[in-house]
Amino acid sequence: MSAVAAPARPIVRITHLAKGYRRGGQAVPVLFDISLTIPEGDFIALMGPSGSGKSTLLNLIAGIDKPDAGELLVDGEDITKLSESELADWRATHVGFVFQFYNLMPVLDAFENVELPLLLTSLSRRERRERADMALSLVGLTDRRDHYPNELSGGQQQRVAIARALVADPAIIVADEPTGDLDRKSAGEILGLLRRLNAEMGKTIIMVTHDWHAVESARHVVHLEKGELVDAPAPHA
Amino acid sequence: MYYLRLVFKNIFRHKLRSFLTLTGLVVAILAFGLMQTVVNAWYAGSDMASAQRLVSRNATSLVFPLPVYYRDRIRAVEGVTAVSTSNWFGGIYKDMTPANFFAQFAVDHDNFFDLYPEFRTKPEELLAFKRDRRGAMVGRLLADAHGFKVGDVIPVKGTIYPGTWEFVVRGIYEPKDDTTITRQLYFHWDYLNEQIKKFYPRRAEQVGVFIIQIADGSRAAEISQAVDREFRNSLAETLTETEKAFQLSFIAQTETIVMAVRIVSFVVIVIIFAVVANTMAMTARERLAEYATLKALGFGPGFVAALIVGESVMITTLGGALGILATFPVAAGFKAALGSFFPVFKVAPETVAMQAASALAVGLLAGILPSIRAARVKIVDGLRYIG
Repeated sequence: MSAVAAPARPIVRITHLAKGYRRGGQAVPVLFDISLTIPEGDFIALMGPSGSGKSTLLNLIAGIDKPDAGELLVDGEDITKLSESELADWRATHVGFVFQFYNLMPVLDAFENVELPLLLTSLSRRERRERADMALSLVGLTDRRDHYPNELSGGQQQRVAIARALVADPAIIVADEPTGDLDRKSAGEILGLLRRLNAEMGKTIIMVTHDWHAVESARHVVHLEKGELVDAPAPHA
Repeated sequence: MYYLRLVFKNIFRHKLRSFLTLTGLVVAILAFGLMQTVVNAWYAGSDMASAQRLVSRNATSLVFPLPVYYRDRIRAVEGVTAVSTSNWFGGIYKDMTPANFFAQFAVDHDNFFDLYPEFRTKPEELLAFKRDRRGAMVGRLLADAHGFKVGDVIPVKGTIYPGTWEFVVRGIYEPKDDTTITRQLYFHWDYLNEQIKKFYPRRAEQVGVFIIQIADGSRAAEISQAVDREFRNSLAETLTETEKAFQLSFIAQTETIVMAVRIVSFVVIVIIFAVVANTMAMTARERLAEYATLKALGFGPGFVAALIVGESVMITTLGGALGILATFPVAAGFKAALGSFFPVFKVAPETVAMQAASALAVGLLAGILPSIRAARVKIVDGLRYIG
């Protein structure tokens, strides 16, 4: 077991976590006995070759998949014990998602995409609008609020996705290859934005990436290989 | 509100696909409505039948007549309030084209129209008709179709009763409502009988059917039996039944065609169901990643299912509404094209309700299976899906 030297209280505590899938009737183990603690406010980069289990680990932390064994405490709550509907509610309030291919709703404009997670809250229409506008201004896209995803560049779409991820003010933002579909310049802007969210707003960011430039933005790096942690998460040099 | 906006926007994502599906729906709902209207038109004559009227005919077959003197004996049966007569004439007006076909009946001019209050007559015209042995009453639909007016002479070539017969229009009767058929010509049975007496004496003093008015419709079966008992073991036994049953016996001869039309109308709905179900299955499959994203954001499987069912129902509602709206002008055109083949060709409220119910049912059923699949898809699998 390895642990990050905790500058703050742990927001993610993983103990002896295991996960496998069944493919063609065969059990395929993906993660073996993972134990990891991530402190609040950290910015972690999960690295490893394809099939190492980094995206699976991210999905488990984000509550969109369930482990086969082990304990997974996020913000003090064991999310492996939650039912599907409890987990959905939990995700809505605790996790913001940034995907490699942005995953915006193509029929909604930028503003409506950002407003989407707020529909699950009890906020009034006016409050929703204020927060969505604020999130858009944080990512610098106020002037593009009425644009549809197909009218935006890849970098702009990812910024809208980041605005959507932070609009409900979650404690954790999970990002699966957020720069994987972007050119160098756009990738740099997105990473800068993620660094700002981490540094200025204190968001805990867990990012899966293959990109060494992206790794430079993280505070710590976790290496996975063949479903196991290779070494202790190390502060990025 | 947001949900509806999302559903509505999703409908028009693939404009061509939506347009083709909507077109299919419009055509199917329209075809269904038209075919149901044809079936209803087929039964229009029986719908017009009164519960207070019985029809007595020769028990052997309708083609055999009954002696006219039966009338007094039928009138004496308890419960009978009036008796009239009617003879199918079967003449040809101008030629044998469907457009010039209309029914002619030789009736008891004294009381026939008293038994048919749904035919609205002007007292002075009815009186003129009764006074003129060659007089005829024509229905409004027939008069309008051929431009007949009071005083016109209508020449008709007899087929059952040879010769050229001339009838003078003495009145035009109006329908009580739009379910009343006014496409017939009625003339004096006396005029027919006196001509027959001259040339075919053995066929004289006979009528096709007796129309019997009764005071109490609930006693129809009992009175029918009493009338038939009266003529049991005679040379011309009678078969008495309600006017509706009498009319339906004609329709029964074409029952298979009506049944086929009815079945085809439902087959059309089944086909459009398959089309919409396929469209929705394709749509839901393409959007699995979006549904997975929604679920990742915290939306429940119910919301995802509702998006798909809502979209399906909205498409079919839109297509159904357009189909229903199109039914009225198309039915009017259909009626005009068929001339007087269907005297009553009207889109009934029940037909509209069936069209609406079919559209709704298609929408719901077509959306259910894809919605279950999308609701059940695991988020991690859905996010990997490339539509």
